[in-house]
Amino acid sequence: MSDFREMLFRLLVLIRKELLAVLKDPGSRSILITPALMQGLLFGYAATYDLTNVPYALLDQSHGANSIALIAKLDGTGVFHRVATLETQRDIAEVVDQGKALVVIQIASDFERELSAGRDGNIQVILDGRNSTTAGSASAYLSSVVAEFNAQLRGAAKPPLTVEMRAWYNPNLETRWNFMPGMIASLSMMQVLMLTALSVAREREQGTFDQLLVTPMSPAEIMVGKAVPSIIIGLFQSTLVLCLSLFWFRIPMAGSLITLYSGLLIFTIASVGIGLSISAVSANMQQAMLYSFVLIMPLMLLSGLTTPVRNMPQALQIATMINPLRFAIDLVQRVYLEGVGLFTVWHNFIPLVLISAVTLPLAAWLFRNRLS
Amino acid sequence: MNPDVNPVNPDANPPEHLAEHRSASGGAAGFRRRVRSLVRKEFRQLLRDRANLMIGIGLPIVLILIFGYGLSLDVKEAPVAVVLEDASPTAFDVIAGLQLSPYVGPRLVKSMAEAETLMNAREVDGIVQVPADFSRRFAAGDGRIQLLLQGADPTRANIIRGYVSGALALWAQKQADRDPSRNAGGAGTVVVVQRMWFNAANTSTWYLVPGLVVLIMTLVGAFLTALVMAREWERGTLEALFVTPVHPVEVLLSKTIPYFCVGMLGLLLCLLAAKFLFAVPLYGSLIVLTFSCMLYMLVALGIGLVISSTTKNQFVASQVALLASFMPAMMLSGFMFDLRNVPLVVRLIGNALPATYFMELIKTLFLAGDNWPLIFKDCAILAGYAAVLLGLAHAVTRKKLD
Amino acid sequence: MTEVRAAIAAAGIRKSFQVKETGQTVHALDDVSLEVPVGTLTALVGPDGAGKTTFLRLVTGLMTAQEGSLTVLGIDVAKDPQAVQDRISYMPQRFGLYEDLSVQENLDLYADLHGVTAEQRKQRYGRLLEMTDLARFTDRLAGKLSGGMKQKLGLACTLVRSPALLLLDEPTAGVDPLSRRELWDIVNQLIKEENISVLVSTAYLDEADLCARVFVLDQGKLLAQGSPADIAANARGLCFVATPPPGEPPRLLQARLLGETDAVTDAVPHGGEVRVVRKNDIDPARLDALLHEVPTRPVEAGIEDGFMVLLRAKKEVHLSETEASAPERKDGEAGETMIEVHDLVRKFGDFTAVDRTSFSVHRGEIFGLLGPNGAGKTTTFRMLCGLLPASGGTLKVAGVNLRNARAQARRRIGYVSQKFALYGNLSVMENLEFFGGAYGLRGTQLRERIGMMLRQFELEGQEKTRSGQLPGGYKQRLAMAVGLLHGPEILFLDEPTSGTDPLARREFWRRITALAEAGTTVVITTHFMEEAEYCDRIVIQDAGKLLAIGTPAEVRKQAGETDGHRLNMEQAFIGIVEQARGKPEAKT
Repeated sequence: MSDFREMLFRLLVLIRKELLAVLKDPGSRSILITPALMQGLLFGYAATYDLTNVPYALLDQSHGANSIALIAKLDGTGVFHRVATLETQRDIAEVVDQGKALVVIQIASDFERELSAGRDGNIQVILDGRNSTTAGSASAYLSSVVAEFNAQLRGAAKPPLTVEMRAWYNPNLETRWNFMPGMIASLSMMQVLMLTALSVAREREQGTFDQLLVTPMSPAEIMVGKAVPSIIIGLFQSTLVLCLSLFWFRIPMAGSLITLYSGLLIFTIASVGIGLSISAVSANMQQAMLYSFVLIMPLMLLSGLTTPVRNMPQALQIATMINPLRFAIDLVQRVYLEGVGLFTVWHNFIPLVLISAVTLPLAAWLFRNRLS
Repeated sequence: MNPDVNPVNPDANPPEHLAEHRSASGGAAGFRRRVRSLVRKEFRQLLRDRANLMIGIGLPIVLILIFGYGLSLDVKEAPVAVVLEDASPTAFDVIAGLQLSPYVGPRLVKSMAEAETLMNAREVDGIVQVPADFSRRFAAGDGRIQLLLQGADPTRANIIRGYVSGALALWAQKQADRDPSRNAGGAGTVVVVQRMWFNAANTSTWYLVPGLVVLIMTLVGAFLTALVMAREWERGTLEALFVTPVHPVEVLLSKTIPYFCVGMLGLLLCLLAAKFLFAVPLYGSLIVLTFSCMLYMLVALGIGLVISSTTKNQFVASQVALLASFMPAMMLSGFMFDLRNVPLVVRLIGNALPATYFMELIKTLFLAGDNWPLIFKDCAILAGYAAVLLGLAHAVTRKKLD
Repeated sequence: MTEVRAAIAAAGIRKSFQVKETGQTVHALDDVSLEVPVGTLTALVGPDGAGKTTFLRLVTGLMTAQEGSLTVLGIDVAKDPQAVQDRISYMPQRFGLYEDLSVQENLDLYADLHGVTAEQRKQRYGRLLEMTDLARFTDRLAGKLSGGMKQKLGLACTLVRSPALLLLDEPTAGVDPLSRRELWDIVNQLIKEENISVLVSTAYLDEADLCARVFVLDQGKLLAQGSPADIAANARGLCFVATPPPGEPPRLLQARLLGETDAVTDAVPHGGEVRVVRKNDIDPARLDALLHEVPTRPVEAGIEDGFMVLLRAKKEVHLSETEASAPERKDGEAGETMIEVHDLVRKFGDFTAVDRTSFSVHRGEIFGLLGPNGAGKTTTFRMLCGLLPASGGTLKVAGVNLRNARAQARRRIGYVSQKFALYGNLSVMENLEFFGGAYGLRGTQLRERIGMMLRQFELEGQEKTRSGQLPGGYKQRLAMAVGLLHGPEILFLDEPTSGTDPLARREFWRRITALAEAGTTVVITTHFMEEAEYCDRIVIQDAGKLLAIGTPAEVRKQAGETDGHRLNMEQAFIGIVEQARGKPEAKT
């Protein structure tokens, strides 16, 4: 019993030292707050697939009442902004090539005539496919405007068929609502991985690791002592981004904080386990840094943060099974937006626990066996 | 090594120390000899460091594969539950329109409750509900169909919304055309005929892969280079190097040339992958593309060298490089997200980044072709950045320890 | 160049630095004026923080003085540093060899930078490689060389061409006596053959003795200059040798004498005796009382004696130890075996670092592990501390093998590593609190122990200073304080005095001697052979093999000492190692 208390005491001392070391090192301290806030803010604003501004150019060769009415309707959306009015077909290439207009709308000279004759009046739409996502959304938007116009044309107060859309969990379908919860997990992972990977490598490089190993602390204790501060820092960073999304971007949170934090805790432990394993295999800080960077890139890209995991080929989807971030993002998004409880997201815990259960003992083993 | 490197002319006989001075430091030959030697050294170090190679060559290959195969923003066959509460032929007809779409994969379910369970389990991304009174109300000119979307993935939801409402609207129009009583004014229909320029296949691969060139060049240029100068400061190797006839500009050049080559290797990998793996077309000329990549490489190297020479610490340098060059190149350059849709401040930040211009240029070169005004504009901007950054790197690299 | 009289002419040089954390200004060099003559070997000596490195950096043009003028080879460095850099060679303290380049590639790089022609290279390389004995290793990566070989390669890189002026910053710090001698042979040979000027900074006064001219710096001020004889003259007539009674280790007498700061300037054990420098104005009766009929004979003053007189005259170094700061007694039977090593083997791949080594250490003994770089000292040491598993043999420290011992056993040892290995970002107090806690000390007990250590190691007033910012000597004391905080029975010290000046070394050994007196067992590795004189018993290792074991006197005897032919420890060491290597006795 007293052995256990002794051990707890030693752990506390080590944790205090680790936290002090991070807070007092200008390099480590600099990555604690600013990067998380800055990236959270910038990317929170930048990460949007929502259509707010579609610059378009108009080539109206018809100049009839209908074409003017249609364009007026388009301008009324607030999304489409006319940046150029073209005279001839030859001008089209230039505005698109220069990237001035995302969309060019060409209304042929026979548009009015065909329409009044009860036939189809074609409008040509040219989209800049250099960014197919935006172009696709713009095209869908345009079609819906045209559909409304068609209904008006028939004198109906409204179209004969309305699609009443309701989106669950995100009424306005804002990308940010989905992206920010993802950032809660991913930003903290980035820093935790780096910090942890460097922690042992730094001690090794500065020779303090030997000093630590000759004390009564066992390698397992040292590992736990290194892991706990990293976990605290990771959760702190998650909290920063969480606050940003709650109070700055005002994205309402549906789920419980307890479920969210228990998920984040397991996830951070898994990240720390990976970081410690990197740390244990790297001979110096430079290697630790580069290895963790090489690892962070694919982990981030294959996490579903920016593109859905379901869009990936089968083989890669299987590969993401060892990516803790993938599960963390799913977990956080569901708890945050959908407000689901532990019973719905428990399956995300299993891989996270498994990853921790493999990496932490591995790191402890590597500590001891890489001493030479 | 090479007998021609000796610039000393044995016949000339100026005062002894002057001759020695000239042989050691002056003259273009001395410059060339030192740069050549330093570059050779840098290459050797680069090739012997596994971690360096991993970032310089391994990571680009991984990124190419991930970006080419792994990442896709395209929605294909998105599963949508269809709840038919109305068993009339009209209702069936409506749904038939959805089946033809390549983007939506309708799946008939029995009840709304079942559909909601499926949606909660993330097995479907949306629910199309045709209410029991649909055909009756449609006949009265007020048909309503419910579309429920999984908003937790708004990108996908938006795309599904577009396709579902588009398909249904099309159907309604056709119905209307068949039924003249509906068309009181006898008006025609406006039909949108759309053409997608520069991306006939309409896949995100076509713009992700060119964008990757930007990322890889930034990675090699800014991130790797940020570490190399800082490493020499940390290891104290510069102290000895500085007390030789070497000039700061030679040290900078020797750091630039090898990493320039690695960046070009990355470009080559991207080009090969684009052509042979992903069949992304290159409409612009290869020469212009290579030239603009070279320009951007200089910009990235300039960023790396400035960071490296000012921080003199590998860890801080890597963090700054990550924050100031790599992450913005990925998130703010219009690569992942369209800058047109972001708030003004973020757009301004994006517009201050050289990566944004390079991104615009490279996408145009790949997908649109040689658009000279744009090429001149962007190349001029990049050249300006390169000049400023490399000048800055030169200004901050002094042979001083205090 | 012939018209240039002085290789370096400095007048009224001032250089100060701002310490970022505290905002204090440190005067690294304060009104220094000196002239280094052309074509000579000149030494710059002084304790830690004297400003030696700063001066060399000013000469290279890597730093600029705030005041004063500095002319190098007739060129104003501040105005045209490049012109100076074109003509001098400089080997910084941490010589920046590219560790991932091979020996040959490092040489080629510097030859290219200095514009050495292909023919010049052919001759020069041959000679340099022969002198440095690196010819066998040209393909080896510099990072894989031993410390001494790295140092020699560093020197070779600065000598790829014949520089007008060669600057060496502590070229022999951390280098064993054999490599040290080889390095000096190279430098001497070059001066003789090429008539270059050399300015070398060093903490070893026996090296300064080899120079034509010596400058003594202390705390940024020039204290003295002249030939080694001029420096030694400061102690003329004050030096004598005292022979301790047979059977008594000389360090006891030495410690007693050194404690009397009002009468004695310096005392060191030397060849089984004690070399003493007395105060100038001391009453002979007082001295006799101190010596209690120990036989003495006067000796000629050496440069180290003169140096000590100079430094001690400037500031009164208080070495007096109060009752409170004396180490506490360790209970236990004297003569009890504390460490037992039997047939210890350690292999790295097919390389045998330690080959069947056996020895034992008793309670209260000071036990020295000596050997050239790469001899296996550090490997042995790390196995003893449990940092490295042994490949074979048995090993018991305080009755157990620390490698798999429980926490309790490790509490019985203290460890001070080679380079400063405490947390540089943490304050002195935080470091002490952390390591105290790690050893299970807490509450009042912890506070008492910390207070005791702060007093004993004279760290009071520095509690809040970041330990990385401490001057070298303080760092070393802090490392000792941490190692002794939990009152270990055995203290392991790995090259604790490497790179420290004679003054700091005296203080250090005084503490060690006091610890051993109080019953603590001390195991120490060192490069300073004179320090072997403080040990009760020593072991000499080379190439993993144990070559000699015994008291310093026994080892000297083994090396061939006779009553007529006295050897100092360094000679004995070189003799034994070279006998074992089967080399000629010495090359001169």
